[in-house]
Amino acid sequence: MNTVVVDPVTRIEGHLRIEAQTENGIITAASSTGTMVRGIENMMIGRDPRDAWAIAQRICGVCTLVHGIASVRAVESALDYPIPPNAELIRNLMIGAQFVHDHVMHFYHLHALDWVDVVSALDADPAATADLQQGLSAWPNNSSAYFADVQQRLAGFVGSGQLGIFANGYWGHPEYRLPPELNLLAFAHYLEALQWQREAARLHALLGGKNPHPNFVVGGAPCVLDGNAGRTAMDRNGRRLMAQIITGMQTFVDQVYVPDTLAIARYYKDWSARGEGVGNFMAYGEFPDALGGADDTAGLFIPRGAILNRDLSSVLPVDLDDPEQVSEDVSHAWYDYSAGNAQGLHPYDGETRPNYTGPTPPYAHIDPQQAYSWLKSPRWQGLPMEVGPLARVVMLYATGHQDTRDLVDASLADLELPLSALFSTLGRVAARTLETKLIADRMSDWQAQLEANISAGDLATHNADLFYPQSWPASARGAGYMEAPRGALAHWVVIGDGRIANYQCVVPSTWNAGPRDAAGQEGPYEAALRGHPLHDPAQPIEILRTIHSFDPCLACAVHVADPDGGGMIQIATTTGAAL
Amino acid sequence: MTERESFIDYLSRRGISRRGFLGFCAVTASALALPMGAARTMAANLAAAQRPCVIWLSFQECTGCTESLTRAAEPTIESLILDQLSLDYHHTLQAASGEAAELARQNAIDDNFGSYVLIVDGAVPTGEQATWSTIAGQTNLDMLKETLDGAALVIAVGTCATFGGVPAAAAIAAERPNQSGAKGVGDLMSASEVPERPLVNVPGCPPVPGAMTGVIAHFLAFGTPPELDDLRRPVAYFADTVHQRCPRLMHFRNERFALAFDDEGARNGYCLAKLGCKGPKAHNACATLKWNLGTSFPMLSGHGCLGCAEPGFWDRTLAPEGDRFLGSAFYPDAPPAA
Repeated sequence: MNTVVVDPVTRIEGHLRIEAQTENGIITAASSTGTMVRGIENMMIGRDPRDAWAIAQRICGVCTLVHGIASVRAVESALDYPIPPNAELIRNLMIGAQFVHDHVMHFYHLHALDWVDVVSALDADPAATADLQQGLSAWPNNSSAYFADVQQRLAGFVGSGQLGIFANGYWGHPEYRLPPELNLLAFAHYLEALQWQREAARLHALLGGKNPHPNFVVGGAPCVLDGNAGRTAMDRNGRRLMAQIITGMQTFVDQVYVPDTLAIARYYKDWSARGEGVGNFMAYGEFPDALGGADDTAGLFIPRGAILNRDLSSVLPVDLDDPEQVSEDVSHAWYDYSAGNAQGLHPYDGETRPNYTGPTPPYAHIDPQQAYSWLKSPRWQGLPMEVGPLARVVMLYATGHQDTRDLVDASLADLELPLSALFSTLGRVAARTLETKLIADRMSDWQAQLEANISAGDLATHNADLFYPQSWPASARGAGYMEAPRGALAHWVVIGDGRIANYQCVVPSTWNAGPRDAAGQEGPYEAALRGHPLHDPAQPIEILRTIHSFDPCLACAVHVADPDGGGMIQIATTTGAAL
Repeated sequence: MTERESFIDYLSRRGISRRGFLGFCAVTASALALPMGAARTMAANLAAAQRPCVIWLSFQECTGCTESLTRAAEPTIESLILDQLSLDYHHTLQAASGEAAELARQNAIDDNFGSYVLIVDGAVPTGEQATWSTIAGQTNLDMLKETLDGAALVIAVGTCATFGGVPAAAAIAAERPNQSGAKGVGDLMSASEVPERPLVNVPGCPPVPGAMTGVIAHFLAFGTPPELDDLRRPVAYFADTVHQRCPRLMHFRNERFALAFDDEGARNGYCLAKLGCKGPKAHNACATLKWNLGTSFPMLSGHGCLGCAEPGFWDRTLAPEGDRFLGSAFYPDAPPAA
């Protein structure tokens, strides 16, 4: 038996380590370790709940926005605080833009180099690459001269001897299977996507003042509509710009991202039978109806639900307040529970006391029999669940969403793959691409609704009625959910006397990247890697493919509350006296 | 590795026009408020240079600083990584993982010892909490020490790497001002916990991208950091407060204030001070450089400044006097009066 270690796993957000046991070149067991912790939830205690979004949002700057949204929704849920329809639409537009921006960057900048051999692009024939592009879509950068320029730029770079970010890649690995022309095309789009994303991010700047880390506010959206020309962003020009940005997003998704995904997938069809994981899927749902608001879960575009063992005929209801449903286990994490680590805790009652018991750095290996991660192990009714694009697409498909069914069926037919191919590394990559199209298309609807409201004279973006602490009950609690690009996210907040008494986040990459639980059940990353053949353990590109297919976000995944002991509620009590 | 060539040879072989190159120098010189003729000096110096090696270390961070850098308009991230720098180690962007990644860092250190630029984002946990962040089994503190040694210049980007940022924020439940002993690079140098090297701080959560690229461009051109203030921040970007450059300033002077986020005053562009704006205390370039290709910045869209580039901005520094948690750090405690 051999152990293959990948640390740092790069081209992700945050700090992740994978250790894989192999026998005869096949992975028999894997361990996923989050190696960094900050303690953000603990910083929340005692603060004004209106401040929480700004701190929570700093959990992650890649899926920027997601923790800000989950936080304001949690506080609004606790305070029973309705927000104006325009604010809901602004949030939908910003969340939609985040999905599109994030998924495209993940594909080209974080994941592509697992499938695309950049050095091989030097052998491409630019004219044949142009033919290839013209056959894929109407994207205008499709001439032989264009691809010759890109190739010359790459040749100059490689020829300089300074390979920079491409140094020590697994170039030439036999698992790279694309023809040189497709490698060149993908590299050209790697560069174009960098340029494109700067335009896409402007939508957040218009509505939230900046990106990364746009602004939010409890009770609405801090964005004035149809304001003074030149002194406010969403003036007439800003509204026109937003329409252009949305069109630009849709065009890139339709003409570049979707056709590239399918073109590349064709060469890696064996990856449609590998990398599934746990086979259980969960989504909290996203994109509320503007009038119904976030409480109206029946009105969500992406539905809420859980699916077990691939059974698409049964979508189970998910309730964030039910103490029997969501729990977090710490049996293999560097934390202790006061009542022992055998039992998981619901986030309202969650406690998180760090207790690093790992090897002393510098170290060579972790011990998967002991605690081995800064990530907890979230469970739904005791089961590990995969969250993220595949879970959402499966949920949409299972609930009969027609656009999803059409898109998924057509893509699978194009690749000549069965529906079961979804449950794989390749299926996860494809699901991310397809949901990007579904969401990008939807953005036009929200924009049209917002414009219609503005035309009708409805400029309200904030509900000031419950904004000030004087109007709050003495105690309240609530859960704020959202679908982050990487999956189901929720924050649980307990408010007492105008301050935060407890704050817990259970985030997508914790669901997916968490360690084993007390029952020995593996997390989705760990389960997904089992059975992978490694062509060359010294160049474990297969591990990167499957792990990257989840789009890890480790800064999000790790959280901690209380270094000095006691449960969260107890802490709130003891420190409440000290305030 | 093949023999290295000069920057100008490289550019000309790449077919980059001299005019485009001078344009980049002019934009950067102007942003840094350099004297007349500096653009030409910059161009001449840059033309003679090789692409300098840059090692980027990420510690207790959220990757928002890297994301922000990718939004830079001039120079762009593409031109930085392909044309101007040799970014030899950067977790978010580099192709190599695991041992291959660590080998890239080691090679970069060995081949460029004494001349590379080290960029750091994220705070560093210290003391008993040094185990709170490791990479390749090594603590962040050890990796920083090891990599600082041969650095010609260190650029700390983001409020975490400069002043400790969010990781160093108070955790009242734990009755600890800083749970993980998180420190910025400057504090570690002052405490002699790491080797002292020339340091530039570019705070912000995240920093305005132009402030990061401006410092890089200045170093590329002159081999030195731009003029710094007493917190080692570039004067060009951090001398003024956001308030001084805010387009709503005129209304502040005339005592016209928005009292709600969507009232008529807010739409008219009145001052946001009564809704909690920290602009008067916040040193940053948001109002001058703006965000996302000049699209907006917080006050232009409708939210006050959080003061995210200031030391301790989550805690007492900008919050009301006394109890750091008495009331909100960002919003008024009661509805503002006209």
